Amino acid sequence: MKSYFYDLHIHSCLSPCGDDASTPDSIVGMGELNGLDIMALTDHNTVKNCPAFFEAAKRHGILPIAGMELTTSEEIHMVCLFPTLENALLFGDAIQTKRILIPNRTDIFGNQLICDSEDNVISTDEHLLSTATTVSLDEAPSLVEKFDGICFPAHIDRNSNSVSAVLGVFPQYPKFSCAEVYDRAKLPEFLEFSGLSREKILINSDAHYLWDIKERLDFVNLKEIKEGSVEAGKYLIEYLKG
Amino acid sequence: MTVKELASLKEFKSVVLPEPKREICGVYIGDLLSWVMGRASSNDAWITIMSNVNVLAVASLADTSCIILAEGVTLENDIIETAEQKGINIISSDLSAYNIAVTIGKML
Repeated sequence: MKSYFYDLHIHSCLSPCGDDASTPDSIVGMGELNGLDIMALTDHNTVKNCPAFFEAAKRHGILPIAGMELTTSEEIHMVCLFPTLENALLFGDAIQTKRILIPNRTDIFGNQLICDSEDNVISTDEHLLSTATTVSLDEAPSLVEKFDGICFPAHIDRNSNSVSAVLGVFPQYPKFSCAEVYDRAKLPEFLEFSGLSREKILINSDAHYLWDIKERLDFVNLKEIKEGSVEAGKYLIEYLKG
Repeated sequence: MTVKELASLKEFKSVVLPEPKREICGVYIGDLLSWVMGRASSNDAWITIMSNVNVLAVASLADTSCIILAEGVTLENDIIETAEQKGINIISSDLSAYNIAVTIGKML
């Protein structure tokens, strides 16, 4: 076993609310500077910047995880993580059919930029990404599992788009093996709220700007990942599910 | 009725009214932003308990005449400042969404 310092909830310039400077390459560059080992890209309802993120991560010595922050039909945010880039891309295709297509107003919501791994903008998503999908909270875990991924409630300590704000309780069904807290100071309260153990609560940055990305603060103990291997996602998901 | 006229009623309070002369022609009540975005009509007064910054974007997109914060919900100052810049009217009230809608309904 080895300790891997993580940040598993990060937005790129593809999320409307994400800063245009948060390109996939810059995100992993910042993670490298901060001493992180493992990082997940989790844009709202899309995985289209994950290929560039994976390419850039290789150059910066970061273990990349492909993910998405899914908005359920109840407007609850769920972090979804996948064992491989390919699985995440297939999940992305599945979500594409479940989006509510409202044209993005860049003047209000911001740009949605799809990049290559060298900071070039190769296209944009024309429809607003952050809106609810038609996937309910009940349906989300089984849909994610079809692609061997895991999903868990995001920022359960926040007063918007969280299970606490929308449902008022930590759901018993579907059952979640882990959850995310945003504010470290609220850990004790939300350990009790979720009934989960400390090692199954992740503290992530939910970074929308490069400077939000975490320092080397929190780690998960995983089976040792060989250099250049693609096992990071698999081991991480085993850990979170276990 | 204009938003300014509504804000002057005793149960209501003006939070920020950059466009006080906008007419209220209907009411929409809802807190799920994606529903509001697709369903509220232009010139509706939108009654909500959501205090997230995204309410401004939704009000702007749906072109509602004002946001009415029900049940005494308050907003952070920076959200209020942004509303002023974007020309979005915000009114608050301690009344429930139902009672706010009834009050407006009687005046339309």
